[in-house]
Amino acid sequence: MPEITYREAVRDALVQAMRENEDVFIMGEDIAEMGGSMGVTQGLLDEFGPERVRNTPISEMAIVGAGIGAAMAGMRPVVEIMYEDFLTLSLEQIVNQAAKHRYMSGGQLKVPLTIRTQGGAGWSPGAQHAQQLEAWLVHIPGLKVAFPSTPEDVRGILWTAIHDDNPVIVFEHRLLYPVKGEVPEQLEPIPLGKARTVREGSDVTVIATGPLVHLSVDAAKAAEDEGISVEVIDPRTLQPLDEDALVASVQKTNRVVVAHEAVTRMGFGAEVAAVLQYKAFDYLDAPIERVGAKFAPLAFAPVMEQFIVPNADDVLAAIKRTVGK
Amino acid sequence: MAKVEKKRALNDKTLREFMREMLLIRRFEEKVEERFRAGDLPGFLHVAIGQEAVAVGVCQAMDDGDTFASTHRAHGHTLARGTSPNAVFAELYGKIEGCSHGYGGSMHLYDVERGNMGANAVIGGGLPAVTGAGLAYKLRDEPRVALAFFGDGSTNIGTFHESLNLAQLWKTKTVFVCENNHWAESTPGWQHSPVWDDMSKRALSYDMYSIKVDGQDVEAVYEAAHEALDYARSGEGPVFVDITTYRMQGHYIGDPQVYRTKEDRESAAAHDPIVRLRERLELSDEEFDALDSEAHEIVEAALVFAQNGTDPQPEDALKNVYA
Repeated sequence: MPEITYREAVRDALVQAMRENEDVFIMGEDIAEMGGSMGVTQGLLDEFGPERVRNTPISEMAIVGAGIGAAMAGMRPVVEIMYEDFLTLSLEQIVNQAAKHRYMSGGQLKVPLTIRTQGGAGWSPGAQHAQQLEAWLVHIPGLKVAFPSTPEDVRGILWTAIHDDNPVIVFEHRLLYPVKGEVPEQLEPIPLGKARTVREGSDVTVIATGPLVHLSVDAAKAAEDEGISVEVIDPRTLQPLDEDALVASVQKTNRVVVAHEAVTRMGFGAEVAAVLQYKAFDYLDAPIERVGAKFAPLAFAPVMEQFIVPNADDVLAAIKRTVGK
Repeated sequence: MAKVEKKRALNDKTLREFMREMLLIRRFEEKVEERFRAGDLPGFLHVAIGQEAVAVGVCQAMDDGDTFASTHRAHGHTLARGTSPNAVFAELYGKIEGCSHGYGGSMHLYDVERGNMGANAVIGGGLPAVTGAGLAYKLRDEPRVALAFFGDGSTNIGTFHESLNLAQLWKTKTVFVCENNHWAESTPGWQHSPVWDDMSKRALSYDMYSIKVDGQDVEAVYEAAHEALDYARSGEGPVFVDITTYRMQGHYIGDPQVYRTKEDRESAAAHDPIVRLRERLELSDEEFDALDSEAHEIVEAALVFAQNGTDPQPEDALKNVYA
């Protein structure tokens, strides 16, 4: 199997979808000549031209809103919001419009819009360029939310998102773009709502998203040295959520850690913990541990940023607490 | 900015049809008000009494295949575009037979078959979507236009400016119809906008072609809308239609309008578009009464239809969340 970066995987999904279907086009800030602030869309302008690779003004409400209108008119737009911090500017369009047109119309409309965005700490961008806001959007009925962590996953999930008839927000992570991974020769669509068992284990289940998937694997290896067998599961899609896969794992291990880079309070892990205490209460042998960012905006100084954001040691410590070590 | 000078000669037969539509909207709105005050209707409602010529003039100028976004004050636009009064009234009663099947209500009337892509209860909320739909029509080289109705109050929100900028930049097939009734809910134009009495100045700053028109003159509205739609359809770019109109009632049904002087209300009433068209057509009392009775009958039948409609099952609330 070929090995490509996460960045190349995103690009490949876009390219293949655009080659396959004229209705797919992309728009966003600096995505054409510059190829996107993260370099994801490099080369697309050359292949598809300015009608289908559209540089926009700095205008997040209009970017998302125009995507909604084009989607309702029968196209399959993919819009890029450069940083998920800037999703806040387009939130009205996402929450009140994209998520609700189908419902308010009593099923007459569909909004096949994909919103790609990215964020993530670890490079001192400060408080307005690295937040993890995925939980906000999981709270909105009518939206689907994905947070793929590997090249294979992001390629297959983005493809599915583009072809889904609902608004789908795909969260990417800044630090994952250069990460390499094997992908199938042919693009294989990955259904939304299917978790992936990253690593099997029998003592503790770590349910992690984004970069924490990779850090949790590191933590799992360290735990193994101490005789603790750790299973790592990546839900990949946060809405719909593959509750069955999570419950099945907990029935096996009886202990759970949820881990994400977003702030712990009201984070996605809180929902996972609630689902599991209800659906797997009798199987739980320890309180569910939560790993996430401390409750502060992201600081600039690297030492403070590192202090706020969770790392593999934090996951390991949480794993050990669940087994009383 | 352009003034509409050369009018298409609309014959009396056509104008009579416009009168029929305007009377239907007026009587519909009055009935809605009556049933709301009687406690029949859930939610809250906004009627467009005084603005009927805008709805009819613009909607009559649209072609099949054109689409539009409306506002919280949507009954008139929806009826004028051909959605049956039965389906609109049934929606106000929250019935399955409603044009949004009970999922939307007064502020979220939809009728996709007739191009109604949704009435929006967020001020300016629908403007980006008509920009995007107009882009789609352009990309696909379709002879269609996406049009947005909005009030003067919308011209201060970010979506308005972002949409006009993007639409003009990309020359989308979009028409922006500003119904300037000089009120943003209870706040008068002079308190909310430095260009409250000439909204076309907003278009000017985006280098967008604009047309100014008297919204109480249905014929003039029709001509202006037609010109705007033709222009946008041709791919020349979007058009801003600056329509001066009058809201003869409060912001919502039951609004005591403590913020409004008696003189202002009287002035609005003096600009009744139905009276104006009646004079233009030189209708006798008998002729007018005949048209009016017809409107009353249609509305009464719509009310009966709505009241006898089917309530959704509570659990239907979980349908249509996803496609």
